Amino acid sequence: MAFDLDERLGEGRVGFFTDTSICIGCKACEVACKEWNQVPEDGLNFTGMSYDNTVGLGADTWRHVAFIEQRRPLGHQEPGVGDMDFRWLMASDVCKHCTHAACLDVCPTGSLFRTEYGTVVVQQDICNGCGYCVPACPFGVIGKRESSGTAAKCTMCYDRLGAGQEPACAKTCPTDSIQFGDLDELRERAERRLAQVREAGLTSARLYGHDPGDGVGGTGAFFLLLDEPEVYGLPPDPVVTTRDLPSMWRHVGVAALALLVGLSATAWRRRG
Amino acid sequence: MEFSWPLLRQLTGDDRTARGPAARSARTEAWRARTATADRVVKSVCPFCAVGCAQNVYVREEKVVQIEGDPDSPISRGRLCPKGAASLQLTTGFSRQRRALYRPPGAADWQRIDLATAMDLIADRIIATRRETWQWEQDGLRTARTMGIASLGGATLDNEENYLIKKLLTALGVVQIENQARVCHSSTVVGLGTSFGRGGATTFMQDMQHSDCIVIQGSNFAEAHPVGFQWVMEAKARGAVIIHVDPRFTRTSAPADLHVPIRAGSDVAFLGAIINHVLENELYFHEYVLNYTNAATILREDYRDTEDLDGVFSGFDPESRTYDPDSWQYEGMTTVAASGERNAEYERRLGKVPPGRGEVQGGTGVPLDGHPQRDETLRHPRCVLQVLRRHFARYTPETVERVCGVPRRLFEEVCRHLTENSGPEKTSEFVYAVGWTQHSDGSQFIRAASILQLLLGNIGRPGGGIQALRGHASIQGSSDVPTLFNLLPGYIPMPHAHENERLRDFLSADAPHKGCWADMPAYLVSLLKAWWGESAQPDNDYRFGWLPRLTGSHSTYDTVLAQLDGVCKGYLLLGENPAVGSANARMQRLGMARLDWLVVRDLNLIESATWWKDGPEIETGELRTADIGTEVFFLHAACHTEKSGSFTNTNRLLQWHHQAVEPEDDARSDLWFMYHLGRIIREKLAGSQDPMDAPVLGLTWDYPVGGELAEPSAEAVLAEINGWDGEGRPLPGYHALKDDGSTACGCWIYSGVYADGVNQAARRRPAAEQDWIAAEWAWAWPANRRILYNRASARPDGTPWSERKRLVWWDAEAERWTGHDVPDFESGKSPGYRPPPDAQGSAALSGIDPFIMQADGKGWLFAPAGVVDGPLPTHYEPQDSPVANPLYGRQCNPARKVYPHEDNRYQPSGDEPGASVYPYVVTTYRLTEHFTAGGMSRFTPYLAELQPEMFCEVSPSLAAERALVHGDWATIVTARNAIEARVMVTDRIPSLHLDGRVVHQIGLPFHFGPNGLAKGDAANELAAISLDPNAHIQEVKALSADIRPGRRPRGPALPELVRSYQRRAGVGAGTGTEA
Repeated sequence: MAFDLDERLGEGRVGFFTDTSICIGCKACEVACKEWNQVPEDGLNFTGMSYDNTVGLGADTWRHVAFIEQRRPLGHQEPGVGDMDFRWLMASDVCKHCTHAACLDVCPTGSLFRTEYGTVVVQQDICNGCGYCVPACPFGVIGKRESSGTAAKCTMCYDRLGAGQEPACAKTCPTDSIQFGDLDELRERAERRLAQVREAGLTSARLYGHDPGDGVGGTGAFFLLLDEPEVYGLPPDPVVTTRDLPSMWRHVGVAALALLVGLSATAWRRRG
Repeated sequence: MEFSWPLLRQLTGDDRTARGPAARSARTEAWRARTATADRVVKSVCPFCAVGCAQNVYVREEKVVQIEGDPDSPISRGRLCPKGAASLQLTTGFSRQRRALYRPPGAADWQRIDLATAMDLIADRIIATRRETWQWEQDGLRTARTMGIASLGGATLDNEENYLIKKLLTALGVVQIENQARVCHSSTVVGLGTSFGRGGATTFMQDMQHSDCIVIQGSNFAEAHPVGFQWVMEAKARGAVIIHVDPRFTRTSAPADLHVPIRAGSDVAFLGAIINHVLENELYFHEYVLNYTNAATILREDYRDTEDLDGVFSGFDPESRTYDPDSWQYEGMTTVAASGERNAEYERRLGKVPPGRGEVQGGTGVPLDGHPQRDETLRHPRCVLQVLRRHFARYTPETVERVCGVPRRLFEEVCRHLTENSGPEKTSEFVYAVGWTQHSDGSQFIRAASILQLLLGNIGRPGGGIQALRGHASIQGSSDVPTLFNLLPGYIPMPHAHENERLRDFLSADAPHKGCWADMPAYLVSLLKAWWGESAQPDNDYRFGWLPRLTGSHSTYDTVLAQLDGVCKGYLLLGENPAVGSANARMQRLGMARLDWLVVRDLNLIESATWWKDGPEIETGELRTADIGTEVFFLHAACHTEKSGSFTNTNRLLQWHHQAVEPEDDARSDLWFMYHLGRIIREKLAGSQDPMDAPVLGLTWDYPVGGELAEPSAEAVLAEINGWDGEGRPLPGYHALKDDGSTACGCWIYSGVYADGVNQAARRRPAAEQDWIAAEWAWAWPANRRILYNRASARPDGTPWSERKRLVWWDAEAERWTGHDVPDFESGKSPGYRPPPDAQGSAALSGIDPFIMQADGKGWLFAPAGVVDGPLPTHYEPQDSPVANPLYGRQCNPARKVYPHEDNRYQPSGDEPGASVYPYVVTTYRLTEHFTAGGMSRFTPYLAELQPEMFCEVSPSLAAERALVHGDWATIVTARNAIEARVMVTDRIPSLHLDGRVVHQIGLPFHFGPNGLAKGDAANELAAISLDPNAHIQEVKALSADIRPGRRPRGPALPELVRSYQRRAGVGAGTGTEA
């Protein structure tokens, strides 16, 4: 049931293609996002996790840049650090705006909705802070903001899209690591870029979230990664947490029917 | 039909599951982007680094509601880094201190003060201190100045503001006028200026895309200039090789093809070895080198190289620690002193070349006279190429291994990429920043790269050049206009005190000169006319005598000592935070504690404003608030959206930013502050017959003001900088300047920026409508040229070296130079032109002399004058170094400037006893998330949360050696101070193997300080004041220290810890001060 609507996604659907192979970890996306969306500061904590003091996505962080230091070579890059293979991966994470969005499925108030751009947005004036969406997200993106008591996450700058402007993070990105546009076009671009990057020797490169056949039906924000998704803190095989809802309802229906049939049979026998 | 009740919408529409349109709330329906509902969009420029990203400022109901990149900009293409993206919070956030504050002498806290009262009091203080400290003469020479007042700051301000600071304070007799340019890139001006003729980057950001190989060394490009770095990524996408040479693997190294870890401070050895490789393997660009450089020029017989004298050149006087550069001259040609006939006594005291003269070459090149002899075969043993060959012979791959810790294989890789990507068809580019400039021989780091790029034929060509990355929005402007003690606008030298010094002596007007120097009289007379108007007449030397005189170095570090000595009593801090940002931060505060008064103008309550109540010395008990007699004024500065003016970016581009809103509360522009300060002082002095007041009363100070705040017109100031003729018509460019008093011009190199009465800096023709040069976006000095020395992009005969690298060429039919860029050459001078023997000025340069500011028209492989510590770069160890100089008997630059003082102790180095007490190399650096001394980032929540605390980077092996725990604390100790930092153990700062030993390096970001949201000790607490003798820039990119686990002690135990280290190392007054 729930997926009928989602499967009509496509026309006019927009998205992000985040090409982490050209990310320089500047975090402009984090700041531009916060400035535009007036997202509160998220804690002043030194984490020691390389240059990542943001830690992860949540109600008060809608773009998050991960930093991964690895003793592995970066494709054709010459090993430099003390004659040791080394690479420093950076990647800007964001809400995936899933084709099959569990947050949207579980929202009981209609606060979360699918926009005309195919994105998923929380409406702050509707949200009652029930928090069902928080555990529903297979990526751990959405969170509940303490100050307002409501759920919050990336809107893909819904208001900017309405004004014909690209999202703040994509606009500010100095190296164009974050690209915004028509999702189908981005997917084609990503395939071409992947081939190019692999040819350059980055054989571990892969796309993540681009496949409509994956557990969330493909994501509206997808990535070119240089390593396994787990390395970046992404689930390797995300599945919409409401995947089994339709079958559960079917099973409930069958069970109810069976019960009804049984009850009827019993009643009929008694009469008989 | 559309219903307002969602359930009805759900039941009647297509969205039966109510997860789409049916769920839209009223607020969602009304949700509009504030960029779409703004009343207006104001064109601006980012106020952080010097890339100069264009901003669109959205204003609604007279409030700034959004700031984002302007996609029309050819430089930034609409993008902003995290700092630029945080501009809205910077300018409209809660951290700004909006009211004027006053701290009376001895008081424990601030009190509010009315802005007008504060202005009046400050004017009184300036007048009183000036009277009290006025000095007509020193040692019998006229000085006409006050040493009692100093100012610091300007690189974050507009050009127009810098201009008024210099103009007013100079007229008041203040000579100690300095800004961040001193501590960031002053050595750039010397290094590039003496090599090529101008002290600015030779190219521009967008042109990097055409490079075939980019070597980034001494710069953390991606972190410090992220938006500019897009052009490196663009080059990479086109197949260029990207090389990063740096002690640390940074966000710049991550996307590079090759990272070369190097010991901090050893770059001259590395570059010298590449030069040697190029020379010995005949890999230089022969036709370019022969025609466009001084390779063929023959040197004097009495020149002696460091090869002959074990690390010094001929002419060194160990007593004064200065060189007499006469023996470095060309055979048959002599340098003409820019200051005319010099006083022998004066030379004896200060050396042959007056302090601060090095940067003069930033605008005008070095003046020479006579005809040099050449050997076109390049075989003469005294020709520059052969001298070079000999000088660099010992810079071998083994040297690189021993000195830099770079394995031979990596070094050879760099050589291969560089030489394969240079020549007629290809070009390579060097990019550097303060990793090269901030050394006690920083100018020589830049000279080394200049020599290499000349040998490879990469200057003046697309994709080539040397990109100097500057770090403040207008730090190029504050060098050009400038707010520096040794310079007048346009790199005209400030006059030194001499006997009977008249204007004509100063200009040496009767001596013939070659190159652009010949027009100096026109530049200086026009400047004096701009400042003193009708009062400046031929019979009074155009008021040349009203300029205060220098008697040595009056750099910001000399000012600190003058404060400690009680000589300097008043201090203006204009957007600079020396208590965090200058070397030996503790000494900066101790100096300020001796002042009578201090004025701080800033956006936030920075450490330099609050040290008297909560500074580190209050905690240690070294200072007591009640005992500090300094009167402190804090005045809230307007930010870039609240004023109009121009910034000059790192590529000499003047970009105008328009005021978006009026400043609120007590916030005022520095233009307002300087203008009204001058007005009030002039009112108070009106009628004075005291000759010391004549220069300030005679000043042209009648700028139109407007609005409720009586803001002076920045455009009127720009018009004065541009200059006008006798009828008041704006000048078209510096060629129109006259030396007869008929023109006035505030800064000759900026002349043309207001041509036709149009603000050329405000031009914003979108990038999409132009080629990559984007000549109609803003205005670059000189004469809107974007790639300097671009005559060299063509062969001697005027045709392009190759189709691929075509830029400017000779159009034989039209008989003029033409091309994509504005030719940096006389447009009608044919390639075949050869000057007659008696030619002067520009006419003395031939059609194959691309370096038109140089007296001989050539790029200088060898600098016969202009660099006071040697004509060729030589590897010296940093002032404090755990490594003994393996190349020469001299440990350090023998001509470096040291300041022995009990608060500025140097450490034993190399093989000296006690050196092992400070066994590790320290280097300091920037992070993307912060800005310089933190005044614009540590107080901004969105930036502070990204890097919230001071940390130190150490390798796993150093961590093991010193028991440092990742995430825990460490204390770093030098002979100056000790600081604490969180430990980050990382492979990104590898330990190096050199000469059979392991050298560990410690990385320290320098942004942090005790105030603001992101906190920590300042790295500059550790650094000593030891300076490059050319530029007076401090050595903070390489020093030595110890590191130990745990937090630093509190209270008096902290200075005791520092002293205990000093005792252990045997540190005394003479340590490290040997020549």
